Amino acid sequence: MTKQFDVRTAPELIRVEDLHKDFGSLKVLAGITETIHKGEVVSLIGPSGSGKSTFLRCLNRLEEPTGGHIWFHGVDIADKSVNIDQHRQKMGMVFQHFNIFPHMSVIDNITLAPVLLGKMSRDEAVAKAETLLARVGLSDKRDNKPTRLSGGQKQRLAIVRALAMEPEVMLFDEPTSALDPEMVGEVLEVIKQLAENQMTCVIVTHEMGFAREVCNRVLFMDGGIICEQGDPRELFDHPQNPRTKDFLSKVL
Amino acid sequence: MLANIQSLLSRYGMNFLNGLGTTLLLALISVAIGCLIGAIVAIMRLSHSKLLGAVATVYTEVVRDTPLLLQLYFFYFLLPDLLPALRLSKFTCIAVALIFNSGAYMSEVFRSGIQSIDRGQTEAARSLGLSASQTMIRIVLPQAFKNVLPAMCNEFVAITKETSLASTFYVGDLMTQYQTISGKTYLVIEPLLIIGVIYFVVTFTMSKLIAALERRLKADD
Repeated sequence: MTKQFDVRTAPELIRVEDLHKDFGSLKVLAGITETIHKGEVVSLIGPSGSGKSTFLRCLNRLEEPTGGHIWFHGVDIADKSVNIDQHRQKMGMVFQHFNIFPHMSVIDNITLAPVLLGKMSRDEAVAKAETLLARVGLSDKRDNKPTRLSGGQKQRLAIVRALAMEPEVMLFDEPTSALDPEMVGEVLEVIKQLAENQMTCVIVTHEMGFAREVCNRVLFMDGGIICEQGDPRELFDHPQNPRTKDFLSKVL
Repeated sequence: MLANIQSLLSRYGMNFLNGLGTTLLLALISVAIGCLIGAIVAIMRLSHSKLLGAVATVYTEVVRDTPLLLQLYFFYFLLPDLLPALRLSKFTCIAVALIFNSGAYMSEVFRSGIQSIDRGQTEAARSLGLSASQTMIRIVLPQAFKNVLPAMCNEFVAITKETSLASTFYVGDLMTQYQTISGKTYLVIEPLLIIGVIYFVVTFTMSKLIAALERRLKADD
């Protein structure tokens, strides 16, 4: 059920210009120019080592770009003099390995950032966290230590932890790659709900079925550049670039 | 010999107890404040600042590569000269020296503790918008602290024994009591046996408690 999404009318949220990232002599990103629009759900696919995770991690500067610009709210956040912490508050991120804080209860994992960063009072944050937990079916785990949660539960918690900051965009870095197969569905379902509620999402994924069903646009990366992009059905059914064809023939 | 020990215990029992109190107090002060210094020095060493890192490295290396007794002498003579107005007691000078020493060892304990925390923890906290210092204080240090708790207790046991060197300056610890009592009674072996037993019982008990604590922490995970 691909949503109707019109790039021409949606305002732009993140504009990336000629983004480069080198690790020593290795060029991981070799000049990426791309715009993410508000409400858009974009998936990044490509072979491992193609630079898709690095691209995603550059968007909130968990990786420092070696060149180029990232415009977000009219500010070039690739500029090292920018206070990136402020901008990160508006960009949620979900990791492959969940990265739940094991020394805090489930609810404290969620309320920590909004309260500490002065976004909400403690009471507001708790109320918000309870609503979010109910939405992902984790209400009964409210006061548990997260060490006892399953992988799928941890990832759902990680998603609502990021949502508690009321971000404008969610970045997902292979959110289901570390999960047992039977838990992939429950996590994808949560992401799908977000997409249906017009949350802007950028998702690095190996779940081609999910990318095809939920995303408005698919970007295929190889060798540090975006080789091909477009509507998921178009791209999956009629790939143009030989590298896209080669990749899809291996994974579909 | 047994009769001598009995008479020593009845005549000087309070001295031994006072000595034990001073020994434990010195160890506790050194470890508690050393812990604070150790955490700060470890963060300095892991920081991006070359200057802070260099200061921290020089400090830990100097402490670890010179004898404790030398450090005790150094502070014992240096501090009163440096700050005559404060009229520092012998005890304070020695405590400062022990803190200086234990801070360096603690910083190594903390450094390994901080490095043992998965980088994903830092990344998750930073991605939520927490600053580097908020991440350190709220996310990394609490987890590192739990990991290094057993090593910290071991440092406490070690320093309890090392305080015996402070007796060189007659600060009233267990070993000082031995010197005093031995001087008064001309007995050597008997008081040595008594304080030896005290040292052993105290450190052995602490070691056992640490082992139990380690088991508890493991069960928590």
